Amino acid sequence: MPIVDQLDVTFAALADPTRRAILARLAEGEASVMELAAPFEISQPAISKHLRVLELAGLVSRGRDGQRRPCRIEAEPLAAASAWIENYRRIWEATYARLDDLLEMMKREQRNARPARRARRKRK
Amino acid sequence: MPTPAQVTLPSDREVRVTRQFHAPRQLVYDAHTKPELIRKWMGYADWDMPVCEMDVRVGGKYRWYWKHKESGKEFGFYGAFTEVNAPAHLAHDQYYDPGDIGGSMPADDPCVVSLDLKEHNGVTTLVCNMQFASKEARDGAVATGMTDGMEFSYARLDDEFAKQAA
Repeated sequence: MPIVDQLDVTFAALADPTRRAILARLAEGEASVMELAAPFEISQPAISKHLRVLELAGLVSRGRDGQRRPCRIEAEPLAAASAWIENYRRIWEATYARLDDLLEMMKREQRNARPARRARRKRK
Repeated sequence: MPTPAQVTLPSDREVRVTRQFHAPRQLVYDAHTKPELIRKWMGYADWDMPVCEMDVRVGGKYRWYWKHKESGKEFGFYGAFTEVNAPAHLAHDQYYDPGDIGGSMPADDPCVVSLDLKEHNGVTTLVCNMQFASKEARDGAVATGMTDGMEFSYARLDDEFAKQAA
């Protein structure tokens, strides 16, 4: 799948708070559907539906351990999604780091433009 | 230390950058509106900004062009201001001129950029929201950071971060 299409699927899967909560739980270790459903006020079939979306997005895989079929998180699509944003974020961060420097300079200039008042305040 | 920039995707067509600055709002606003100040920070490593024209009033136009120090390649952004409320808010449309570097952003549909500045206890929070004409345009713009279309030098960025962290 082209990277941007894969990202669409990943972001769509992540766009739901229940699915994000499921992933947060799975980040701590694998769990069965029943264990995953426990903290939520929704039915097990509803959780299964969310899991199916996560599975199709490649974010979760299911084990073959008989009835239990434990779910586990798959890190790769998540890493790709965060790398996509992270590169963009770093460009802004580098740009804004330059703005930080400029603002420090502007603050100094502003202070120096009022030396008389400052000096008076200091003497008090 | 300033809080690092945050990037979120509020909708299919938008990208939002949030960043805090340890400076009064008026200074942050000035740095976004006065050409002699804009030139000092807006842009990219190894790129000069030979054109920076700002007519900050509703309907007023702006033009920003960058030129690569070695290759001489150029690209730019231009558009007009749609909302001006100093020093709290600015909005403008933004057209991309790929110049000699190309790029995946469509040149004919503008992106709508809005800038909001809020000051609290001497710290200014900047929220820059960019709404593109389509999801494809948004994805293209964000993905620009992943290509070498603009010849970003990540090694240099890393140096910059290391310096900051020191």
